[in-house]
Amino acid sequence: MKQEKEETTTNLAFSDVITSRLGGETITLCYQCGTCASSCPVARITPRFNPREIIKLSLLGEKDEVLSGDAIWLCCSCYNCQERCPQKVEIADVIYALRNIAVKEGNIPNIYSEFADGLTNEGRIVPISKFLEKKRPDLGLPPLKPVGVDALRKILSVTKFDKIKQEKKEAP
Amino acid sequence: MTSYALFLGCTIPARQPSYEASARRALTKLGIELVDLANMTCCAPPPVQSLDLETGLSIAAYNICLAEEADLNIVTLCTGCFESLAMANTMLKENEKLKARVNQILSSTGKEFKGSKEVKHYLQVLLNDVGPNRLKENVSKNLSSLKVASFSGCHLLRPSALLKFDDPEKPHIFDDLIETLGAKSIWYRHKLKCCGGLLRGYADDVALAIAREKIANTTKAGADCIVTLCPFCFLTLDLGQVLMKSTFHEEYNMPILHYSELLSLALGIDPEELALQFHKIKVYSVLNKIG
Repeated sequence: MKQEKEETTTNLAFSDVITSRLGGETITLCYQCGTCASSCPVARITPRFNPREIIKLSLLGEKDEVLSGDAIWLCCSCYNCQERCPQKVEIADVIYALRNIAVKEGNIPNIYSEFADGLTNEGRIVPISKFLEKKRPDLGLPPLKPVGVDALRKILSVTKFDKIKQEKKEAP
Repeated sequence: MTSYALFLGCTIPARQPSYEASARRALTKLGIELVDLANMTCCAPPPVQSLDLETGLSIAAYNICLAEEADLNIVTLCTGCFESLAMANTMLKENEKLKARVNQILSSTGKEFKGSKEVKHYLQVLLNDVGPNRLKENVSKNLSSLKVASFSGCHLLRPSALLKFDDPEKPHIFDDLIETLGAKSIWYRHKLKCCGGLLRGYADDVALAIAREKIANTTKAGADCIVTLCPFCFLTLDLGQVLMKSTFHEEYNMPILHYSELLSLALGIDPEELALQFHKIKVYSVLNKIG
């Protein structure tokens, strides 16, 4: 009995964590109809991703399975599900919230670490090629304006984004 | 002359000079002045939002602040930039509490989001500032034999509650603007479905399988080319065909054009000025159909 009670508390805590985060507010409205999964371009292609399943597991408190798994990173952010959800669950935003929590816990896919590096170092996530930058006058394009990387770093410092990399777990 | 702060983003200057060259030439020809502001940054698109939504929102707000200070509305070429900035603009205008939170973060940069400006995609500028009639008057080439498969990309339309661009299930603005140029915009299966582009780098196999469907469906529908708005959709479908050839041994040779390129060609701008050599899939077949 005691053990069950403890599990319930843990489970409640995870949905509370999600709803308290930007993007995660609407997750508890889900009634598992599956409109999201049938609208999803990724679920058509691979069984590795099913938005309804992610929401179900999250609401059941399966925190580790959701946060350390591969599924939350397979959403292509197309928002088709979110447009069609009859309960107005902001599904794509909920998945962003889950990714944000996973990142806080150190679960960051390598490509996302690279994005974080690009942002911190250059103020851009896609680096400008020196070749194309030199070519710009020949192509009739004006020189590129400087990037506001100093201001951006201040923002990253206030939101503690610059600490993300320190929390990254070793890749398995 | 109507002026806008041009938000150029990362992908276009990094990889797609033909998008930038054609958009600058066509919009200038149509009487739109594009102002390049200093100190803009990444727009904070989905990869940044995935890491931290609050950071993403603050970065987008910072960039809007620069336009507010210059007293200009923003125009974007990239649909990804449009989504990040327009979404942030609407969210912060509609939610005082969130605005206060973001402004607290921005105070470290000396900026304050006021909510005094609009974020527009350049299609909205063509539609509302230039207008279909004046656009049509400026078309000097005959595109009537060209069958175009339009693909706007997800983030022009969705999330519609925040972007307020067009009907997310039955959009027509983009197709109308293709037909205004004289080309035929055709229907194809799963037209509004994502290209899978944002999965590139994390799950390349899934991304390529989704893109392959898009190319196969447009080929089956008899399209002469796909016309896109988003540089990431462009990359996924253009470079994607090179990968489809090496992975599936399928050769489609479906030319992918940015809408701004089609627009420039219709306006009679010399193709030599458009940097079309940067396309992986060559576009000669399209040029030959334009009279």
